[in-house]
Amino acid sequence: MKNRLKVLRAERDWTQADLAERLEVSRQTINAIEKGKFDPSLPLAFKASRLFNLSIEEIFQDDA
Amino acid sequence: MIGFVDMKTTEKLGWRQQNRANRNRLAFWTFLWLVTLAVVYFGHRYIWQEQPVVTGLMIVVNVVIGFVMIWANKVMLNGLDELEQKIHLTAMGLSLGTGLVLGFAYSALSDTGLIDFEAQITHLAVVMSLTYLAGTFIGMKKYQ
Repeated sequence: MKNRLKVLRAERDWTQADLAERLEVSRQTINAIEKGKFDPSLPLAFKASRLFNLSIEEIFQDDA
Repeated sequence: MIGFVDMKTTEKLGWRQQNRANRNRLAFWTFLWLVTLAVVYFGHRYIWQEQPVVTGLMIVVNVVIGFVMIWANKVMLNGLDELEQKIHLTAMGLSLGTGLVLGFAYSALSDTGLIDFEAQITHLAVVMSLTYLAGTFIGMKKYQ
């Protein structure tokens, strides 16, 4: 699954640690999601959606 | 004291502080469990002169504290984020499987006399702990 977390984060001048703090996850988790190594759960995707005020589809895209 | 009492206070803490409190609680109960286990062995031999009632009571105390330790571990796991949970649960699965397979093989080696010393549960605990540590390390590396 692809995602725009890195871009959205950069637009706000947030570090991975800043985003991790806001989503209440570890920095390693943000790094793994950004690199596409780990797909977040639906609750975490909704949390990111609320944080960026975007729909889930605008942040996460299916690879297929 | 790190125990049941501070569960309510940690609810007011941030995610990071709560995780730290959960880890400290688990460390505290694990330490206490190990101490009560040591007391059973050393006390039985050197303190209460092998009185079975006292030893039995101390084992009950040890088991109760062991279950509190399991509860603290569950709370700690629930407090982790989803990737950390995945890493730890995978490592635990690896540790359990390795313990089961190698434990039975080790027991069979001992029972059939292929090794000339008696199989000890502590050897199994060491193998499981090392496998858990290795599994956690591999998981952390995988998602770096």
